[in-house]
This record gives sequence, C-alpha cells and structure tokens, in this order.
Amino acid sequence: MRKCSVYSLNSLLTFNQYVLNAYYGQDMALLKALEELHRLSREDFQRIPELAINPLGDRIINAFFPEGEDQVNFRGFMRTLAHFRPIEDNEKSKDVNGPEPLNSRSNKLHFAFRLYDLDKDDKISRDELLQVLRMMVGVNISDEQLGSIADRTIQEADQDGDSAISFTEFVKVLEKVDVEQKMSIRFLH
Amino acid sequence: MLPATLPLLGMPLPGAGAGVADGASGESVLPPAGLALLRWQWHEVEAPYLVAVWILVASLAKIVFHLSRKVTSVVPESCLLILLGLVLGGIVLAVAKKAEYQLEPGTFFLFLLPPIVLDSGYFMPSRLFFDNLGAILTYAVVGTLWNSFTTGAALWGVQQAGLMAPTVQAGLLDFLLFGSLISAVDPVAVLAVFEEVHVNETLFIIVFGESLLNDAVTVVLYKVYNSFVEMGSANVQATDYVKGVASLFVVSLGGAAVGLVFAFLLALTTRFTKRVRIIEPLLVFLLAYAAYLTAEMASLSAILAVTMCGVGCKKYVEANISHKSRTAVKYTMKTLASCAETVIFMLLGISAVDSSKWAWDTGLVLGTLFFILLFRALGVVLQTWVLNQFRLVPLDKIDQVVMSYGGLRGAVAFALVILLDKTKVPAKDYFVATTIVVVFFTVIVQGLTIKPLVKWLKVKRSDHHKPTLNQELHEHTFDHILAAVEDVVGHHGYHYWRDRWEQFDKKYLSQLLMRRSAYRIRDQIWDVYYKLNIRDAISFVDQGGHILSSAGLTLPSMPSRNSTAETSVTNLLRESGSGACLDLQVIDTVRSGRDREDAIMHHLLSGGLYKPRRRYKASCSRHFISEDAQARQDKEVFQQNMKRRLESFKSTKHNVCLSKSKLRLRKAGRKKDGSADKDTPNGKPHRASNLPDTAAVILAVESEEESDSSDTEKEDDEGIVFVARATNEVFQEHKVPGSVEVCPSPRIIPPSPTCAEKELPWKSGQGDLAVYVSSETTKIVPVDMQTGWNQSISSLESLASPPCAQAALRAARPLACAPPRANELRDPLANELRDPLAALVTPSPEPHAGFTFNPSLAKAGRSRSESSADAPEQPELQPLMAPEGRGCPSPGTANARWLIQFNRSGRL
Repeated sequence: MRKCSVYSLNSLLTFNQYVLNAYYGQDMALLKALEELHRLSREDFQRIPELAINPLGDRIINAFFPEGEDQVNFRGFMRTLAHFRPIEDNEKSKDVNGPEPLNSRSNKLHFAFRLYDLDKDDKISRDELLQVLRMMVGVNISDEQLGSIADRTIQEADQDGDSAISFTEFVKVLEKVDVEQKMSIRFLH
Repeated sequence: MLPATLPLLGMPLPGAGAGVADGASGESVLPPAGLALLRWQWHEVEAPYLVAVWILVASLAKIVFHLSRKVTSVVPESCLLILLGLVLGGIVLAVAKKAEYQLEPGTFFLFLLPPIVLDSGYFMPSRLFFDNLGAILTYAVVGTLWNSFTTGAALWGVQQAGLMAPTVQAGLLDFLLFGSLISAVDPVAVLAVFEEVHVNETLFIIVFGESLLNDAVTVVLYKVYNSFVEMGSANVQATDYVKGVASLFVVSLGGAAVGLVFAFLLALTTRFTKRVRIIEPLLVFLLAYAAYLTAEMASLSAILAVTMCGVGCKKYVEANISHKSRTAVKYTMKTLASCAETVIFMLLGISAVDSSKWAWDTGLVLGTLFFILLFRALGVVLQTWVLNQFRLVPLDKIDQVVMSYGGLRGAVAFALVILLDKTKVPAKDYFVATTIVVVFFTVIVQGLTIKPLVKWLKVKRSDHHKPTLNQELHEHTFDHILAAVEDVVGHHGYHYWRDRWEQFDKKYLSQLLMRRSAYRIRDQIWDVYYKLNIRDAISFVDQGGHILSSAGLTLPSMPSRNSTAETSVTNLLRESGSGACLDLQVIDTVRSGRDREDAIMHHLLSGGLYKPRRRYKASCSRHFISEDAQARQDKEVFQQNMKRRLESFKSTKHNVCLSKSKLRLRKAGRKKDGSADKDTPNGKPHRASNLPDTAAVILAVESEEESDSSDTEKEDDEGIVFVARATNEVFQEHKVPGSVEVCPSPRIIPPSPTCAEKELPWKSGQGDLAVYVSSETTKIVPVDMQTGWNQSISSLESLASPPCAQAALRAARPLACAPPRANELRDPLANELRDPLAALVTPSPEPHAGFTFNPSLAKAGRSRSESSADAPEQPELQPLMAPEGRGCPSPGTANARWLIQFNRSGRL
C-alpha cells in the first residue's frame, strides 16, 4: 500500500502535476486510485529544497497536515491546494447558498490566519505574531524592534481591545487587499 | 487666463524682435561711443531667457487653471495647455508674422522627454509593474506592431480606393511609416490624462506600462521604415527585413540593458556618498540622463533605458541616500517632469498653428482617426482574450473599453513626424496635419470624455489608502505561502521566480549595492513601520503637539548614549497602549553598535520634524549640511519635550492625591512587560480598560557646571541623554499610607529592576546603594527631596528654557518653593547629591516632613491643569536623582547627571 511513500523529489513533483490534472479534470476514478495509493509524510515535503529556505516553510507544511496526523492523503493534499485556486467568474455568483468553496476569499484568508494562529484559539496573540515576524524578517532587526512592530500591528488591527487579532479583525484589516489575486495560483496552464 | 498671460507674452516677443534688430545694427555699424553706462544685451541672453519665460508662462498658466477647481475637475490639464498653446501660437503668428517657438524634435527628445520618463520609471510601482509584466509586454509589442501594420495598410487601402486627394503621394511604405509613428500610445499623454482619472492600479499600470515599453517598438519600426523609404522600396532586400526584425530585439534589449547598467552604476555610486550627501540627488539625475543619452547615441530605445534605469536603481538608491536627498530627488523629479509636460503640451498647441507645415486631406485625416480607434479596440480585445487565458484576474469588458479608449497619442508622434525628411517622404505635410489632428483629438476629445466614461462604466477606481503594517505583513505572508505552494506543487510559476529573484537580490545584489548600514536594517516590514512612525510624527507636529497629551504620543527621543540601555519609547507606548508611536530611532537606542549614519538620519528626521523654528536653521555652507544646526534643532525638540513634560508634571502634582484610588487600581491592573501575568496579584491586565498603564521615562540630564545660564544653545548635544523605557514597577502605596496625604508631591521612586537598567551607568557607579535601588522596586520612597527636587527643576529649567519657553516654564516654577540658583547646584553639589540619593534609596516608611509644597502653588498648578483641556491624561512625574557614576559614557565632563523619572500614566 505504501510502496510509493518514499519518493524522490522528481517523482513527487511529477506526481503532483499528475494529481492536479486529475483533480481539475474531475477524473474521480483516477483520483480515488491515487488516493488509495499514496500518502505523503512531512519528510516528503521537507525534501523540497526551496521549501527549506522559505521562512514560513514549516508552517506551510504543517498546514497540509490534518491536526495530529503525520501523513496526508491526496484528498487532504488537494483540499489544501484548492485554497489557492483562483476564483472563477462563474463561481462568484453561484455559491450564494451552497457550501462555501475552499477557494473563497474567506477560506483563503483563513488559511493564512491559521499560519499565525499556532494555538488554534482563533486569535493571533502578540507572541504568535512575534514568532512569524521573527521568521520573516532578517536577523538584523532586534527583538525590541520586532516587538514594537508587533505591537503596532496589533494596535492597528485590534478592535475589541483584547490585544490580539481575531479572525474578524484579520479580515477587516485586509478588506482592501485583493486577496483573491494575491492568494491564488494558476496551477495549470 | 488670457489677461494673465498676455502681458507676459507681450514682453519677450516685441523685445525679441527689437532687441535683435538693435543689437545687430548698433554693434556692427557704430563704434562704441565711450563707456556705456547701460548696455542692452538682449542678444546674449536671448535663448535662455526665452526658455525661462516659456516655462514661466506655462507655470503661471497652470496656476491659473488650478484657481478654478471646477474647470480642472472636468477638463484635463493637458487639454487646457494645448488650447492655451493654440491661443499663444495664434498671437505669436499675429505679432511675429511667422510661426515661432515650436516644438523642436531635438529639444523634445533631448530635454523634454527624459524627465517625464525618468519620473515615471523611478516612481513606477515596481511590484505592480512586474506582476503585470506579461500583459504589459504583450500590449506594448504585439499591440503596437498590430496597430502600426493595420493602420498603415488600411490607409494605403483607402488611398488605393481613391478616397484621398491625388496630391497625397505616398506608397505602402510611406503609409506603414506613418502607421508606425501614429500607432504608439504616448506616455506623456497617457500619464497626463490617467493621473486625473484614477482608474484602478492594474488598469493604469497596463496602459501606462504599455506606453512606456512600446517606445522600443515604435523607434524600431520608425527607423526601419524610414530607411526603407529612403532606400526606395525597390532596393529593399530580404536581408533587410531580417535585419529589421533583429533590430527590434537589439533596440529593445539593448536599451533595457543600457538602463540596467546605469542603474547598477547609480546604485553603486550612491553607496559611497556618505560624506557628500549634498550631491546625491544630482547623481540620480546625471546618471539617468547619461543612460538616456547613451541609449540615444547607440540608437537604442532611450525611453526604455531610462525606464529600466529608474525601476532598477530605485530600491538601492532609496536605501543609500539620506532622507533629505530622497525628498530632494522626489521633488526635483516631479518638478522637472511636470514642467516638461506642461511645456510639451503648450508647444504642441503652438506648433499646430503653423499652417505652412500643414496640408489638409480630409480622407487621410478621417481615415486615420477611424482606423486608429478601430484597430486599437480590435487589438485590445484580441490580445485580452488571449491574455485572459493566462491571467489570474481576467480583464473584463469594461477594462478593455477603457484600455482601448485610453490609447492616447501625443508629442512623441508629433516629434517623429516632424523629423521626417520631406524629400524622401513627399506626403510629409499631410502626415503632419493628420498627426496634429490625431494628437489633438485623442488628448482633447478622449481626454475630456474618458473621465465621464470611467464614471459611467463604473470602472473600479483606485482607492488610495495608507499602507498599514498589517497589510504589509500579511501580504508578505501571502507571498511566502504562494511561493511555498508553488514549490510543493513543483510549478515554477511567477511566485517561484520572484522568490528566486528575491533570494538572489538579498544574497548578492543588495550586499553589493547597498551600504552596509542600509542593508542591515533593510526590511520591508520594518520600512513600513518606520514610515508609519514618521507619518504619525509629522501629523503630530502639524497638529501643534496637541495630541501629545490626549493620544499619548511621545516625541522622538534623543539618541541614547547609553547604548547598553535597551530601551525605547516604543516600550513605553506599548505599556501605555497608545495608538501611535513617535519613536523615530528605535534603531539608535536599541542597537548598541549602530552606525553613526543612523544617528545622523535620525537627526535629520527629528530636525525636519520640528517645523516652527526651522527657518532659523539656514545653513551657510554649500557643501555641508551643518551638523551644528541639526544639533541645535534636536536640542529644541528636546527642550520642547521637556517643557511639555514639566507642564504635564505640574498638572499631575496634585493628581497624585486625586487619583489615589486610581493608583491602587493600577497596582492591581499593572500590565507586565511581556506576557507574564503572574506578577499581577489580582485582576487581569486589560489594556482597553480604564486602568492606567504606567510607563516611565527616565531622563538622564547632565547638568553642566556652568549651566546656570539659560543659553542652552551652547550645550553639547551629547550632554543630554534621554532614555525612555517602560517600567513595570508597582506602586505600593499602602506601605506608605501617609505619604499621599502629607506630601502631595510627585513621588520619587526607584527605577524598575530590569536587566537593562542594571546596566545603566549610574547603577554601576553606586555600588550597593544602586543595587538596593534596583531591587527594592516595590518600595515607594517618600523623600525629603526639597533641595534635590528643586535642583532637578532648576536644572530642567536651565535646560528647557529657550527664550520662547520661558512663559510656559513660569508655570512650572512654583513647584520649586525656593528656586535654587545655579551656585547651589555647583558648590554643594556633592553633599546635596548624596543627600537626596540617600533619601531616595532608603525605603523609609514615613514621609519626611521637610518636603512640602506650598498649597497655594499646588492649587495654582491644579487650576492650570484643569484649564488645559487637551490634557486628559495626568501623568505623574517621579524625579529620581542620582549622581553620575563612573560608568558615565563621558567621564571627562565633571558634571552631575540628574535622573528624572517621569511616571507617565493615565488612560492613553
């Protein structure tokens, strides 16, 4: 069952393309077969060299894994990737009463929000923000400065005065940002 | 507008004619009759004089236009300028009987165009530009090629169909040549119109980017066709076509390469201008202009070169040059560009009057107008359809309409058509007339109607919102997420390459091109934070400092000499939960080994922020921006700061009594530094609650021996150390229950025992006592502080009393019951300093009776504070005096250092 769980990097990549094709091509049979076959572990992700130098690499890898699990199957993998699907024109109108698609604005934002929110209390606390800041800015900025940045960030966003950024506040702060564009990738050309 | 400009116009023109005649006749015929007392030398200054007058006329016209908001909100400025040019041209024609002062292609390409292109390249939103680079390139290259071919061919077809006068002698090549020059969207016109329309950024950058980048295509097509026409169509070989195609790549890539090389040089040069800040702005202009001229010389695309130079160098140049230089570059560039643009449009209007160049053919004019509109729209629709297959956010129909309609033609086309050789292109006059009509039509008609059109179509407008830290931070996160996801998927898309580029830039380019200090603090998030702080500070100054007390803003602090003190006003603000931070130099206080340059930068900033007295700071030196002036400016900021603090202290004096319960609350509700809530005995710290958070500012004021004179201007800047830090000490008022009643005075409390504080020099100097001070934070020390307190006040006064501040300080003076004189400070210095210190560090539980304030004076202070409506917060001030220890960074000066701890509290 898990004969393919240890890939070379190449096979992972080609495989990804393969899965993507299947996913977007709505080839459910193929998808199911693949789903049965493969599971990805953290090591598979960590083997990607570019991801290793991505400051948020670990967080993003974690985002692929369901809570408390070490492996992700294809459905989960694709569900994560689906967050980044661009919003099509015809999708904008139809999803009024249906379940919210994974690539909706709100879900895209929530994906980003979860990267900050380590303890899953639906709030970005100052410490959580500081951790992310520490990862993203270089070593040249001192903790003191980071602290002031974090404070200011929270002050900017904080509305209910709890010194933390809730998801509502997060959305509010980014309401002017073109999230649909900035959190979308065209996987297939 | 006419009456305003007529006199101006009348002045140079008759003068020109008369002056030339007089000079010619007078100097050549008559021998000079002795020494002339006055000589009329119009001849010698004519050319620059005329240039200056024209620019003046254009600028005045601009002023007149903008007197009426109504007119400029409807009619684009470019239209008004062209109309003004027409009027002026008519007058010139009537007065001089011949058309003069026309738009010369040489002038246009060498002097008028570069500033505009440099401006647009330098201030190009690069992220947006590169995000849409694909679309921009497509429209610029494919679109321009398409436009020129189809327009030229269609016009030829019209001619073949016999719809043009037979006098229009032009073959297919001539029409293609004409098509090439008329088809390019003009950056100047587009910029002029679109800047007023405010469409959304994506739309703007696509149209504008296209107009910049299509220059290469236009230049190539123009040159190729021109040489074909000159060779004669019969002589054109097949290899020439190949060469033509090849030259497209040479010209465009070569132009871009020249621009990038100069951008590299520019960035590298500015890295070493630390000591000659004054020439930094000049370098930017010189090297960019050199790029333009070099590209022009090599017959590459000069516009592309300058654009790339501007885009490429900006990041590094901005990081390298000083803040003032940055402002200078910005303003000079904008001024030059706006000036050039104004002159271009005006001269365009004037040139149109010259009917000697005209040859009207209705068929050609109407045909051209029709075809450029048609093919532009067609081209946009076709290309957008293709592009939308790949675009993340497709361009919808409304965007396409605006893009088609926004294809304005301008001065570039006009200059190119003037450059045509009449002997080779017999139909030149017809082309000139047609070009003028097309330019006027697009700029005036389309320029006038595009705004209503945009409104009517409800095109998404750009919303100019200020950048927020959140946005910047989260957008960074988005970028990282997308790059990571692309990595995971193995899809090497845009984000992948951008990530690669950023890594490369960080590793090599920035290291090479940025000076080390700039590189070290280079971070976008930090940049935004820094800018926000500056903005707050400026708005703070603009509001006259009134928000200081109400919003809890803090003035920028002085650079700390105690580099070990890891403190900043930001901490203070964090504690006080204020919405804004003015600490402009966290870098300076925080980083112990910071470069001197950062300190200078801060000085520049804080100097620049203090407006009211700035005019006294005129520097006499041409080569150096006087450090002395900066120092004095800083001093003034500091004095202002001190004055304000004194006032707030005064208003607080009585408040200690009044807010006793408040203080108790605070004791419970103290927000701890960091997240450790465990120290708070009861209750949770809640920033939004009314419980005042406390932060302390420790002022270490070095009072010099001769500081009795109030002439603080002479004081060394280094003598003042202003360290602000947040403290987390807790009032323990219940331990000294009597103190509040008996002694309604500002408490003197020891500073908090944080690690940073332990390293403060006066601590190390005090040995056991100092340790005691820092460890006994919970003890309130009601002290016999009269002399010490008075001294502190007087020393503050001597520091913070510029002549203008005297009045304000007079109110603070009552605090000192017996205002001490400077000799008190000087002679019994050692004794008196020991005394208060001993009192200070002794946690004696009972108040000293010796320290009482005159009640009436206290009342006066109270009434004053109550009268000041803009001081809702009532910070307490706790002076803490300690003699300077051996750890003082400047041990050479025999002076006393006064530590005044302001305990700022209140609902901030």
